[in-house]
Parts: sequence; structure tokens; C-alpha cells
Amino acid sequence: MFSGRWALLKAVSGGTWRDHPGRLVLAVLGIALGVALGVAVHLINASAVSEFDLAVRSLAGEADLVIRGPRSGFSEALYARIARRPEVRAASPAVEIEVQLPGRSETIKILGLDPFRAAQVQPHLLAGSREAVFELLKPDAVLISRAAADHLGLKAGDLLRMQIGVDTIAFRIAALLPAGATRQRLAVMDVANAQWRFGWLGQLHRIDVKLAPGTTTAAFQKAIEREIPPGVLIAAPQAEAERGASLSRAYRTNLDMLALVTLFTGAFLVFSTQFLAITRRRAQLALLRVLGLTRARLFRWIVLEGAVIGVCGSALGVVIGCALAQFGVERLGGDLGAGYFGTVTPGLSFDSGVLFIFFVLGVAFAITGAALPALGAARRAPALALKAGDEEAVLQRLTGWPGLLFIASGLALSQAPATDGLPLWGYLSIAFLLTGAILVMPRLAEFVLSRLPLLRYPPAALASAQLQATPRQVGVSLAAILASFSLMVSMLVMVGSFRDSLATWLDGMLPADLYVRAGSLGVTGYFTPREQTLIKNIAGVRDATFIRTQNVFLRSDRPPVALLARPLAPGKSHPALPFEGATRLVTSRGPPPAWLSEVAADLLGVTTGALIEIPIANTKHTFIVAGIWRDYARQNGAIAIERTRYVALTGDERANEAAVYLDPSAATDEVSTRLRAAFGNAEGLEIASTRELKRSSLAIFDRTFAVTYVLEIAAVVIGLFGVSASFSAQALARRREFGVLRHIGMTRREIAAMLGCEGLVVGGLGVLVGLALGWVISLILIHVINRQSFHWSMDMYLPWQALALLAAALVIAAGVTAVLSARRAMTGDVTRAVREDW
Amino acid sequence: MLTIKGLTKAYGDVRARQVLQDVSLDVGRGEFVAIMGESGSGKSTLLNVIAGLDTPDSGEIVFDGTDVTTLDDTARTLLRRDRMGFVFQAFHLLPHLTIAQNVRLPLDLIGVEPADATRRTRAMLEAVGLAALASDYPRTLSGGEAQRAAIARALVHAPALLLADEPTGNLDAESASQVLSLLRFQVRQHTSACVLVTHSSAAARTADRVYVLSARGLTMQAL
Repeated sequence: MFSGRWALLKAVSGGTWRDHPGRLVLAVLGIALGVALGVAVHLINASAVSEFDLAVRSLAGEADLVIRGPRSGFSEALYARIARRPEVRAASPAVEIEVQLPGRSETIKILGLDPFRAAQVQPHLLAGSREAVFELLKPDAVLISRAAADHLGLKAGDLLRMQIGVDTIAFRIAALLPAGATRQRLAVMDVANAQWRFGWLGQLHRIDVKLAPGTTTAAFQKAIEREIPPGVLIAAPQAEAERGASLSRAYRTNLDMLALVTLFTGAFLVFSTQFLAITRRRAQLALLRVLGLTRARLFRWIVLEGAVIGVCGSALGVVIGCALAQFGVERLGGDLGAGYFGTVTPGLSFDSGVLFIFFVLGVAFAITGAALPALGAARRAPALALKAGDEEAVLQRLTGWPGLLFIASGLALSQAPATDGLPLWGYLSIAFLLTGAILVMPRLAEFVLSRLPLLRYPPAALASAQLQATPRQVGVSLAAILASFSLMVSMLVMVGSFRDSLATWLDGMLPADLYVRAGSLGVTGYFTPREQTLIKNIAGVRDATFIRTQNVFLRSDRPPVALLARPLAPGKSHPALPFEGATRLVTSRGPPPAWLSEVAADLLGVTTGALIEIPIANTKHTFIVAGIWRDYARQNGAIAIERTRYVALTGDERANEAAVYLDPSAATDEVSTRLRAAFGNAEGLEIASTRELKRSSLAIFDRTFAVTYVLEIAAVVIGLFGVSASFSAQALARRREFGVLRHIGMTRREIAAMLGCEGLVVGGLGVLVGLALGWVISLILIHVINRQSFHWSMDMYLPWQALALLAAALVIAAGVTAVLSARRAMTGDVTRAVREDW
Repeated sequence: MLTIKGLTKAYGDVRARQVLQDVSLDVGRGEFVAIMGESGSGKSTLLNVIAGLDTPDSGEIVFDGTDVTTLDDTARTLLRRDRMGFVFQAFHLLPHLTIAQNVRLPLDLIGVEPADATRRTRAMLEAVGLAALASDYPRTLSGGEAQRAAIARALVHAPALLLADEPTGNLDAESASQVLSLLRFQVRQHTSACVLVTHSSAAARTADRVYVLSARGLTMQAL
């Protein structure tokens, strides 16, 4: 009996799939693509984070705790106090600096270590290299990691050139670090040497502490709490890694969500494919019910079909996903081009648990997609289902209320706050809106199509009649394309809005004619006061203002926030920044003003008028929040203070960047040439016009969003699969109709035109609803997802041209797909089809 | 009006099955001709070849002075659209069109003015007794009603030739008799010729001439 049932199932389902393998392949591909993208994005993200974690651990070595200061460092006196404590078994002081490589748009991390202390705490870094340890003590020596050597194409004995101020100095590569030391691109030198050569005399950036047996980290942290100056953190290496990874968390979550959306679209493809397949096979399934197949078994059969599609799609997706991940890491890096893990080269690790989860997700989505149609088929009375023209009647049960309920719930969820810093409710809101729109679609299609005019052109009139008679089937067939197109629209609007806001922001942030930087990356590029005067006195320069960038730790679980020391705007009581809302006038008697970026304000949970404490030069200073400004450049947040105050607090008169205003008669190129000459054509000097900076900023933006475009296109391709599958299925099911039309005198061209008209109307309907839904979703992306993920606000911008092009392309694609489907259906002797029973 | 000479048709390449062998037939205006034969004898193929839906291997089909076999697919389709009507065993009304829309379809395809098409459709539906069901969909009709609608569709544009393939095959005796009477009456009314393919002797008896199609060709049978 068992084998008999399976044989029957095989005959019924297998027969359908054998007859229409294309549809099966499309449904499988829909799931496979979703799973593949999910697997690839997740594997890449996980590998990058794990590599980052490994990098942090490799530097911390056997340390139980890491004491870390901001970019400006902390006094090395702290090291002496820590190292002398009885709870400390060993402590390793270090200077850690990102140094610009001249002539390259990248930095290398310099770790200045005491080789003898490091041997106790980070023994693997210099393991087995006694000569190398002694080499390190020489003032021009540096050891580099194998990853750095490979990346830079250097070997032992070569020179490693680095930028300090606007000058370049060269170090001799004494040896390479041992193979297992670290996979980071890293250079190690003696700590005293690093302090001297890079201008950090008496300052450290970190102390790695190995505790004596019996001392707990918590007890030690409590014991030294008072000794740690403001702005210096003490944390376990694991917390260090988490703090670093938190930088890209929102970005990684967004990519994961986009991949899930693709899978979600795949599920809608299974839904519409199964729904239409079951609708077409209604008589066959009803006959099986007449012959004694129970309702429950029929349901299980159809769900099983979905599961088979899910298993095939998921298995294929996992394999493709692993290959995509490998390709992505090799070509784009661990952060897929976003720039979060620049110095880390991840090796991919295939976590079988994760692969299994995505496999199960794919199967679950496919089963869910098949369950609804299965329920409908099992519930249908066999006698009714046996009659021709029952297809639409099956769909009469689909009311609009559940869909409206989903939409209402989705809108309500969009108002919920972030959970643990992530916009999870926002994503759920989008899923609810999509599901709701798809459930409402059959009723909406009925409403719209019933108002279609009956045109005189017979193919158009027939198309119109066909659509009016089967509006709910049209609605169901639009599920996948509606999901993918609306998401594409929403992403286009969101990215367009972001880009437009970024362009406006750049206009506000770059008021000068020229920008001069002593190295755009790293921390060792700066202008001394003498060099600042030099810039001001160049012929053709009307004025120049200088900005100093440092960083400060505001929260122990977050990366440091940028501290910008900027001059006030001419005639204003605040710097020239793109403020959101009004700024506050500050009296000379109250606390000094600080202007916070949106990210920093959100991190601190403050608004204009609040008092905040900022650790500057190892002392906490109270400031009043005098305004909140939009900042797209620094994802961890930024605080601007007056430069004069910064200099007064720190004595640091250096500047990283100069904004140069030219005389009206001066030519940009000529002033640039004079500037370069004034600095002896130093390699580290970067001069860019405002236009160049804007162009390069927008290019970086486009590169960052390249991956999201790929995911969007994947979703739309899946959606088009859905339309294609739906049209070809309907065209094949209508072969007898085409046969009759040929008998009564319709040409092949007219039948193709009829199908083309249907395709255009269906595509147009999907596009119109998709545009409306996409706009609503874009509002959530802009005002909820982005705000909660990245704390960035932006202005809504509708890229009409791109939207119109995309909409037109999709409508035309639908029309062409329909015509091709008709041609395919009419190959062979279509007139014979009239001899089959309806 | 319709002259068929030495028509042959085989299906398949390697093991070809001869379906039509040296078939010749003359049908004059207003004539009602029945063709009988066993299943698989090629009756439906003959109708398809006459209608230009299929091409013969050899022979001629001259319809109103035009050799149908020399026309391309589009020309054959336009000829069929303007001058022929089809009735099928399984009715083949388009399920998403109302009865009236089904019936007026040939008029729309020819390009008859909408008002004229509406008038002629209404008249045709009244003639077959389905005026009351004009707005209904085919799924609500009985077999007899559906076939009457199909006959109305086949004759609404007053074709010169009506091709009927087992039009009573799916009907009970009473409905079959009504449909045949209607078919006969309407053919006469429109002065069309009719070629009726049938298994039914009763149906064949309503024709002016009866032929039997077999492997030897078409032979006339006494009424």
C-alpha cells in the first residue's frame, strides 16, 4: 500500500514536472537564489567578524585585560603604576598607530612593543625569533607580518616608507613576523622607537595585562578603577573585538536582511507557481479525491511537492552560496567593499550549522509557499473542481481582510523603536506590508481589471475579457514580481535619497575652494603651526582654516567617536556644519559649546541644550550641546568643538586638514602647484578641489552600495522568473483556447498580440502597485531602518527618471515574456489541442 | 464551391501513417454533406486540411476559385476567418467570454462595425434560442445550449462553408436532434455549404449526401 501511494504521488507530481520542467526549474532557482545570497552574505560577514576577532586576540595574546586609550593616547606613567601592582603578572605597553603609506591610499598598523614585555604577554608575536627581538632595538628596524609583506610586495631587507607630518621616513624590514603571529597587515617596532619617531613621547595607546593567578578580571578592574584616567577604557580582549565588530553590525545586519528578502521573494515565487499549478491541475486532483484520496493526504502531497522544491532549491543554494562567498571574499574583501575591515584578509570558514540553518530556511519558505494553495485545493469540493471554469472560483475564497490586517500591522510596527540598536521591527514591518499587499492583490486586481475598457481591436478586447474573467489569478501571479519590484523601488528611492542628501551635505561641509590634507588616512599626517602659517601665506590664498581630528571613547561598548576641533564660521557662534534644527546660543559664562553629529547624539541619548562630559587630554570636561548636525562621514559619531578651546585644553596646535579660500582672481591649479612647491613636493601632501572631493565621495558611496544593487537585481530577476513562469504556465494551459481562436480565424500574430496586451496590463498593474508599495517601504527604510541602524537622517528624493525607466523596462519585459510564452505555447500543432477535453 | 482532388496526407516520417489517400469531393453552395468513418480514419484531418489548418502532402483544395494549398498561413487564416465557420464536438466556447461575446467574436475579427455586430449577434442568438442567456458564461449552460451557442458563433458572419466536427457527439439524443435541425435550418437560411463529420448514422441521415472515409478514400453511401 505504501509503495502504491508513493507510486501514485510520483506519477501525479512527477508527471506534471516532467511535462513542465521549466516551471519546476524556475521555482527551484527562486529558492536557490535566495538561499545562495543568504549563505554567501552570512558566510562573508561571519568570516570577516571572526577574522577581526582573531586579529584583536592575536595582538592581545595571553592578556586578560586590555587598557586602551584614544588616538591621543595616555601618559606612560600609568604603565608604571599598573606593572607594579601585585595582581599583575606581566604588562606589555604599546603604541598603536595607523600610519599612512606614501603614494598609496592605505595605511598600515604600527605596533610599538617592548619586545621583552611582549615575550611575556604576546609570546606568539615574536616567537622563536631571538635575532629579530634584538634587531627591533635598532632605531630604523621594523618587523612586518607576512600578510603585510604579501600585500605590499615587500620582503626582509626592503625599506618600508611611512608618512610623518608631510614628510616620509623609511624603516628597514629586519625580518618578517613568524607565520602564526597574526593574519593582520601589521608592522612591529620597539615602543620607545615608535614613540620617538611618530611623536608620541611619553604616551601609550594600550597596555596588555596578564593577571597573577587567583586574580579575577572583575576584581582587578574594580581595584584600578580610580587610576584609569577619563577617556581610557579597560576591557577583556573579547569586548575589544566586539567593540570593533559593532562598527559594521548594522551594515552586516542590513545585508543579511536583504538576502532574507530575496529568499522571501523566492517563497512568493513558490507560492504563485504552486498556486497556478494546482489551479491548472484542479480537475486531476479532484479526480483523485473522487477516487478516494482524503483531504488531509491531498494537502500533505501538495505540501510535499513544495518541500521537494525547497530541498532541491536549498541544496543548490547552499552550494552556490559557498561559491559566491569565496568569490566575494576574494574580489571584494570581508566587508564586501564597504571599508570596515580594510586591514583584515579573511579566510572563509564554512560553518555547517549556518549552512544547515539556511537550508532549513529555504525548505521552510518553500513549504509555506505551497501550504496556502494546498489548503485551498484540499478544501475544494471535488464535484465543483471537476467543472471547467472553476479556476477563478477557487480563488473566490481569498478575501482582502487578512491582507488589510497585515498592512495595518505593518504600519503600526514601523513606529516601534530599535531593539538592541537594530531596526528589527522595521524589517518585520516591511515583511508584513509585503505579505499584506500580496494578499490584497487578488481583490485589488479584480477591482481594477473590472474597469478595463473593451477595446475594438479584437486581440486587445479578448485580452481585456480574459483579464476581467480571471482577475484573482492575475493577482496571485503577481506575487513574486510585486515583492521584488516594490523592494527594488524602495531601495532605489532610499539610495537616491541618501545620495542626494549626501551631495547636499557635501556642499555644506565643503565651503572652501581647496582642501589640503597631510595624509587622508592614518594619524601621523599633520601640519605644524609653522606649516599652517605657510599655507596661509601662499600667494592667491585669501584665508585658510584648520581642523584637528582626534577621537574619544564615550562608551566602553562602542568604537571611539571623532573629536573635531574646528574654527567658528565667519560671523557665527558655531562652526560651518549642516545643522538639523536650530543651534543654541552659548553665553561666555556657561559650559563651552559642543556640536554633536546625529550618531553621537543618539549614542549619548541627548538633544540640544544637554550637558555632556568629553574626556580630552585624559581629563573630563563639561560641554553644552549647542546643536546637532548631519554627518555622513563618520559612522561612529563626531563631536565638534571650537579649535581655540581644544588647543587651550590640550596644547596640541597641529592640524590634519586645511580649508583654503582663494582670492577671486586666483586659479585653483596655480595655488595647488604653489602649495606643493612650498612643501617641497612632499608625497604625503594631498590637495583636492571641492569638486574632486565631491566626486570621489560620491564614487565611494556608489561602491559601498554596489553589493546592495546586486542583491536588488537578484530579487527582481526572481520576480521576473515569477512573471515568466506564470505567463508560460497560463499560455500552456490555454493552448486549446488558442486552437479554437486559430479555427475561427485569428492569426498567430493576433494571438501573440492578445497575450502581449495581457502581459502589458498585468505588468502595468504590478508596476503601479509596486511603485506605491515601494514608496511606502522607502519611507520605512529612510525614516526607520536607516535612522535606527546608522542614526543618519536624510531627505526624501524620488529618482523619477530611474523609476520610470525601471517601470517601463518591467512592463515591456512582462509584455515580451507574454508574447514569447504565447509563441512557445503555439509551437507544434495547436489546432490539435481543441480535440482534448476542456 | 469546394472542390477537392486527389488529396493525400500522412503523419510521421519513418513509419508514416497514411491518413488521407486520394480523397476527392465536390460540395456545391447550399449543400449539406456528411462524412462518416471509423475512429482514426482521418475525418477530422480532412476538415483541418479543408480549413487550411493543416497542409496536405498532395492534391488540391479549391474553395471559391482559390487553391487553398497554395496560400500561406496568414492568407489561409484570413480566408477561414471570412468565409468559414467551425463547430466542434466539445463546443469550445471561450470560458472567459459571455455567450454574446463568444458569438460576436468572428464579427469583431472581421472588423464589422460595433453597432452592426451587436445587431447581428442579437439576431443570431434569437435564432438559436439563446437571447435570454446572452450575458451568461459558458460554464452555466447545458451541453445542448452550449452547442447552439457554438453554431451561432460559426454562422454569425454568414460563412460560405460550415465545417462541423462531431457536433452531436457530446449530446443526448433529443439535444442532438435539436442541434441538427438547427444546423440544417441555419445552413439553408444562410445559403452556406456544410461538411459534417460524424459517427452517428442518424446525424448523417439529415445530410444531402453521405460519404464514408476509409483507407481506400472517400466513397459515397446511399442514404
